[in-house]
Amino acid sequence: MLTSRTFLKRTRAGAVMKVVREHYLREDIACGAAACEQCGQQAGEPRLEAQPSGAASSLCPAPHYLLPDTNVLLHQVDILEDPVITNVIVLQTVLQEVRKRSAPVYKRIRDVISNPEKHFYSFTNEHHRETYIEQEQGETSNDRNDKAIRVAAKWYDEHLKKINNEETIQVILLTNDRNNKEKAVEEGLTAYTCEEYIKSLIANPDLVDRLACVSDEGKEIESGRIIFSEHLPLSKLQQGIKSGIYFQGTFRANRDNYLEATVWVHGDAEENKEIIIQGLKYLNRAVHEDLVAVELLAKDQWVAPSSVVLQDEGQNEVDDENEEEKENTLKSSVNKNMLRPSGRVVGIIKRNWRPFCGMLSKSQIKEARRHLFTPADRRIPRIRIETRQASTLEGQRIIVAIDGWPRNSRYPNGHFVKNLGTAGDKETETEVLLLEHDVPHQPFSQAVLSFLPKMPWSITEEDMKFREDLRYLCVCSVDPPGCTDIDDALHCRELENGNLEVGVHIADVSHFIRPGNALDQESAKRGTTVYLCEKRIDMVPELLSSNLCSLRSNVDRFAFSCIWEMNPNAEILKTRFTKSVINSKASLTYAEAQMRIDSASMKDDITTSLRGLNKLAKILKKRRIDNGALTLSSPEVRFHIDSETHDPIDLQTKELKETNSMVEEFMLLANISVAKKIHEEFSEYALLRKHPAPPPSNYDILVKAAKSKVSFNILE
Amino acid sequence: MAGLELLSDEGYRVDGRRAGELRKVRARMGVFAQADGSAYIEQGNTKALAVVYGPHEMRGSRSKALHDRALVNCQYSMATFSTGERKRRPHGDRKSSEMTLHLKQTFEAAILTQLYPRSQIDIYVQILQADGGNYCACVNAATLATIDAGIPMRDYVCASSAGFIEDTPLADLNYVEEAAGGPQVALALLPKSDQIALLEMNSRLHEDHLEQVMEAASKACKDVYAVLDQVVRDHVHEVTTLLGE
Ligand SMILES: [Zn+2]
Repeated sequence: MLTSRTFLKRTRAGAVMKVVREHYLREDIACGAAACEQCGQQAGEPRLEAQPSGAASSLCPAPHYLLPDTNVLLHQVDILEDPVITNVIVLQTVLQEVRKRSAPVYKRIRDVISNPEKHFYSFTNEHHRETYIEQEQGETSNDRNDKAIRVAAKWYDEHLKKINNEETIQVILLTNDRNNKEKAVEEGLTAYTCEEYIKSLIANPDLVDRLACVSDEGKEIESGRIIFSEHLPLSKLQQGIKSGIYFQGTFRANRDNYLEATVWVHGDAEENKEIIIQGLKYLNRAVHEDLVAVELLAKDQWVAPSSVVLQDEGQNEVDDENEEEKENTLKSSVNKNMLRPSGRVVGIIKRNWRPFCGMLSKSQIKEARRHLFTPADRRIPRIRIETRQASTLEGQRIIVAIDGWPRNSRYPNGHFVKNLGTAGDKETETEVLLLEHDVPHQPFSQAVLSFLPKMPWSITEEDMKFREDLRYLCVCSVDPPGCTDIDDALHCRELENGNLEVGVHIADVSHFIRPGNALDQESAKRGTTVYLCEKRIDMVPELLSSNLCSLRSNVDRFAFSCIWEMNPNAEILKTRFTKSVINSKASLTYAEAQMRIDSASMKDDITTSLRGLNKLAKILKKRRIDNGALTLSSPEVRFHIDSETHDPIDLQTKELKETNSMVEEFMLLANISVAKKIHEEFSEYALLRKHPAPPPSNYDILVKAAKSKVSFNILE
Repeated sequence: MAGLELLSDEGYRVDGRRAGELRKVRARMGVFAQADGSAYIEQGNTKALAVVYGPHEMRGSRSKALHDRALVNCQYSMATFSTGERKRRPHGDRKSSEMTLHLKQTFEAAILTQLYPRSQIDIYVQILQADGGNYCACVNAATLATIDAGIPMRDYVCASSAGFIEDTPLADLNYVEEAAGGPQVALALLPKSDQIALLEMNSRLHEDHLEQVMEAASKACKDVYAVLDQVVRDHVHEVTTLLGE
């Protein structure tokens, strides 16, 4: 069956255009219930269990499937992810709406749906002949979607009744919208709010903690005083930004002072690049990294960046006097010259909340259920959560998500997500570090691993067609001790004409990771290998990083080679690039390589090669420094690990040997040659990096610190 | 936020079709009495009209005449109201000329032109509404019109497009899918002999995927063939019963 959707759209030029799109309605969309015989062949396995095995509910003892609406899905995804919640019908209407409103939640829901143990089924109701509905005249699309959800729930209800089962499976609509719930009940559906349902789960009282507290807007005005001014709606903000009354920027909270923040204004305006926000009221519920709109204050209200450290330690809600006192300490002792553009947050353009790691600060009142949570990141405000397991969570590292920040609340409201473990535990703290720095550290998924080459791996004739055979060269690698991912190797030999041939060989990872596949995407997401004290989080699976793409000695490996002909003055005469196969003759440490170079007796091929490289590197380095190169030292450190307890006991900066700088020099040279080549070949597309001179304001903090600590002035 | 989801994880496209499904095809033959052959086709919201004149004597300069076969003269145009935004489309703009050329190639490959040396066959097609797959709709309409005109062909020429989204080949793209800018092939096929009359590709497609996409396109062409064949049979049936009375 066919229907068409018609809607009006404004084109970029401002004309109104009528768009007609086809919309096919089908009869072959299965309901996903395992016991159903009417729906015929199901694509793949039926997702909803014939005997739903979810947690027992006191509200609804009969077997049932859950059908959440958009807001429940958006706000309560933490709950839905819990293993206790199974057999859920996710409507296409809901999924599409979630996709529009929050990409991260959408991703999480997709992951849940694809997990067979969760028995989530996504039902394409918008294309089902019996569940599609038209938007009526004068109906908002929200109302229409709510109606579509009810129609689908009704359809399921009747459809499931036709199944020959001992017990009919019920469909429970979960909605937090009072209006929608009333209408659903009128239409004969079973509907509960998410809270009602979760509280009714007999065996799982702790799930309640993870409910997001999204209170009705109306309710919060009644209770308590208003602390913050209202956020302006997005349309007003956009208007204001367009007309220059407001500035759009990223909110950066001050790490050392919870009453102060800076907003980095977007765009390339020279003036008012940074706006200082001081005081709770002006910060107006913005959280670090939010995208906000700021109004500039009149010049006589401008303030100076504070030089005091203020930690938010308040435990009590009504702590106004204390607060004001603190705010006053900011204002005293202000130097007129230090005044900076200041402003106040008038609205939030986009929240950038993520789950936060931290600790619970248990309320002093014993029976209290509301507690404050202190995030590990000091730039994040404390979050109020409701939990009954405060005593269990005390002393644990936990994750909490923010749900909202009402106008009458000193702190944002949030809910408990996950317990990471006891604070101080090595594993727990490592987990916190990884999470707080957003380092993806899950094991590689099956989808990613499926793109790895099958072992045992060998070089085929096909591979050799496009590669130069450089296995005869005396190539060696020089790395820190214990290095298993050897990604570069070198060689140097004298040519008959007295010049030198130097080669840098980089592991050819692109041979194994094809563009766009899951392995490529995962590696791109990770971006780098993260080295922790005794753990390494690989960017690519170990088979590649430590084996096939590691240029180990005495095995054939694929490489991308950059080969120069140089004269003894290290001037490049010829450069060429090639895909190659190499066979490294030695994997050396920096110390071993140094020893060979310094040794008086060794005269083998590897040693001669190293000496040649070293000599050239010295010339190259001198030339680079003479040309004004900057030496930025970022010393590498090594941990000394206690052999029995496996605890790190000491830290040592690595001693730099000549050979360190030798390797570095040739890597630089290879990069320079490649950059030149890219610029030559693809001049229009080449991305060339250039560091602009840093603005003097970047040094303000340093200058200030120097003045106050040791009272010496850093001159411009 | 993310753009339109062209293929959902459940396997449905924006308009509710599955990857290999065609849009609804409706067609009629003999819509104009004046022309030797005519046909009207709707493929989803793409609507095309084709008229065929000939074979007849050469018009205009006789020097163009081919001594061993008929000259196929095509003309493609789009109605001003065929797209969402009204645009004046002078005849012979670049896109139309390209399309005209493609049609000419396609039908030179299908019509048994050697039966009519020194003569001319005119095929005029116009897009009344454009919603993706314009070329394909034109070919299919022109095939029906040519059959209506009684001009002998090797086989029906059936055309369909195919794209490649989310590692899945999609048949018969609509406007939204075309506008997404992914790779797209247009295939005109002689279904019985599996011979290709024309194949065109936009944007880049990895060699590894070409075979799948081609398969999807030729499957779609054969599906189109089934529909067109039914239209022709129904038309013949209708005409003969009319004559019989
Ligand atoms: Zn069913």
